[in-house]
Amino acid sequence: MISLAGRDILHAWSKFAFTGIGLGLLIGVTLSMAGIYRGMVDDAKVLLNNSGADLWVVQKNTLGPYAESSSIHDDVYRSIVGMPGIANAANVTYLTMQVRKGSADVRTMVVGFEPGKPGEPRYLLAGRRITRGHYEAIADVKTGFKIGDQINIRRHDYAVVGITQRMVSSGGDPMVFIPLKDAQEAQFLKDNDAIVNERLRTAGNPSTNSLRAVESPENVDNLQSSNRNVNAVLVKVANGHFAETVAEDIRKWRHLQAYTRSQMEEILVAKLIATSAKQIAMFLVILAIVSAAIVAFIIYTMTLGKIREIAVLKLIGTPNWTIASMILQQALGLGLISFMVGKTAATFWVPIFPKYVLLEPGDAIRGFVAVMLICAIASTLAIHAALKVDPAEAIGG
Amino acid sequence: MSTVYGIEIEGLSKRYGEGAAAVDALKDVNMRVLPGEVVGLIGPSGSGKSTLLKCLGAVIEPTTGRMALSKQVIYDNGWKTNDLRALRRDKIGFVFQAPYLIPFLDVTDNVALLPMLAGHANAESRMRALVLLKALDVAHRAKAMPPQLSGGEQQRVSIARALVNRPPVILADEPTAPLDSERALAVIRILNQMAFQYQTAIIVVTHDEKIIPTFKRIYHIRDGKTHEEAGEGRSFE
Repeated sequence: MISLAGRDILHAWSKFAFTGIGLGLLIGVTLSMAGIYRGMVDDAKVLLNNSGADLWVVQKNTLGPYAESSSIHDDVYRSIVGMPGIANAANVTYLTMQVRKGSADVRTMVVGFEPGKPGEPRYLLAGRRITRGHYEAIADVKTGFKIGDQINIRRHDYAVVGITQRMVSSGGDPMVFIPLKDAQEAQFLKDNDAIVNERLRTAGNPSTNSLRAVESPENVDNLQSSNRNVNAVLVKVANGHFAETVAEDIRKWRHLQAYTRSQMEEILVAKLIATSAKQIAMFLVILAIVSAAIVAFIIYTMTLGKIREIAVLKLIGTPNWTIASMILQQALGLGLISFMVGKTAATFWVPIFPKYVLLEPGDAIRGFVAVMLICAIASTLAIHAALKVDPAEAIGG
Repeated sequence: MSTVYGIEIEGLSKRYGEGAAAVDALKDVNMRVLPGEVVGLIGPSGSGKSTLLKCLGAVIEPTTGRMALSKQVIYDNGWKTNDLRALRRDKIGFVFQAPYLIPFLDVTDNVALLPMLAGHANAESRMRALVLLKALDVAHRAKAMPPQLSGGEQQRVSIARALVNRPPVILADEPTAPLDSERALAVIRILNQMAFQYQTAIIVVTHDEKIIPTFKRIYHIRDGKTHEEAGEGRSFE
């Protein structure tokens, strides 16, 4: 038996091709949405992987440093590094800000780190690591900076000495790494007007200036950079120790919050991007419904256009299942064409997205199955219409 | 020995609706067509021609009466045979006013589709189709798609489709309506040749004055009742 569906598709290939392209672009958008979600999850995991830490020690009762703000003193790490089971510990600061690049702004996460300790970029695409104490930076390639460029952060310019890759915040902003001291200054340094204001407040406050001294050097220094805080301490656990046990000790004895890798992943994936994930899921559901409606409408319209032929087929003895199978095969064929167009389109347009989009083969397979199921379900309306056709319509009268 | 008719109808009636709204489309219709015979069925619009054709084509059931195709009883006062779809495929050929060829199948597959549906192999079905296309002088268009054919060629292909399963009965509904005199007579000549060659009983429903004189026997239908009369049986040339 010949394939009636195949012959009809070949006969009206342009109609199928154009419909397939239209529907395929919609499927491409759907796959891209799934890829955006995967990209967000991957960004979160990369952020954790690249930090090189086993534990994140943050302010008590916070989900810091990525999901909530956290502030702890920068000398806390000394007490942590001396605890049993800890191989290394380092202060880090994270500050999301716009930095100037030529005439444009680039949204980045500025990371303050201590060279050679957890928190520094794990590998470089080009250039070298930071060797000086101040005013050098390593930038993620997505910032667009090149070796030798100057990045202006707050009051200072930083020379880009290294380029790294896939170092992004949980929000997908590319990172710029600068020395910890510079980052603390950038994060907590007050501007000139604020300092003048604060001097006047301090001078007029009897509890801080009982002798009514105008400006002691200590006061000025305290006002400018009194905040010796960091956002987190990254901890590397020594071999042979369990991260959870060490974290429990830190929580118990240092009165700080310590998160293990799995807990931090839970915070980033399940909490931080949960709303975005729901948003994308809603969008995927809507796209699936729209796709189903379009397929149903197209197949239904195509079937109605063949009512006379279907009546003739039924009159000459074609079984109902042959006619139903023809419509189902056409719907699946349309789904196949659309999926191929969508997958190809998504593969080509994903690299130009500003944030990382991860197209996973598993999602493509699930998408393909979903498209075929949607097409099969959508064809039922047309099959119902075809089966209702009276063979007497071919005779007329 | 009793005569075996290609089509045999006794006391066939068909009523649409019930009660006061009931319409008797067919009233006690009797008809017999021998194998190899081509008869005309003539009547004005609304006379019951289409209803009779639909009953003969096993598309609608008569209300009462008996109908048999080549000895096989199809309806008998409320009883009907099983699987009317297979019956239409194997026992009845249809030729329509418009050829109604399947537009996405080429000429050969339009004809070969029926034997394929009956379970014959594709190659064998196509061979049977080509034999008929050759007999009907359209074998040279075997690979063409229906829209590429002239009206006469399309009608010949539809005749081939009607004949391909060697049915004992062919029902032709206004087969010459869209054709000029020459082509209309050519179609009637072909139907007569095929009826003779394959011993098929053919009923031609028509209004076409050009072809009415070619029938040897004609059934007139008016207000759901038929009466038979002898035709002129003129030559087709």
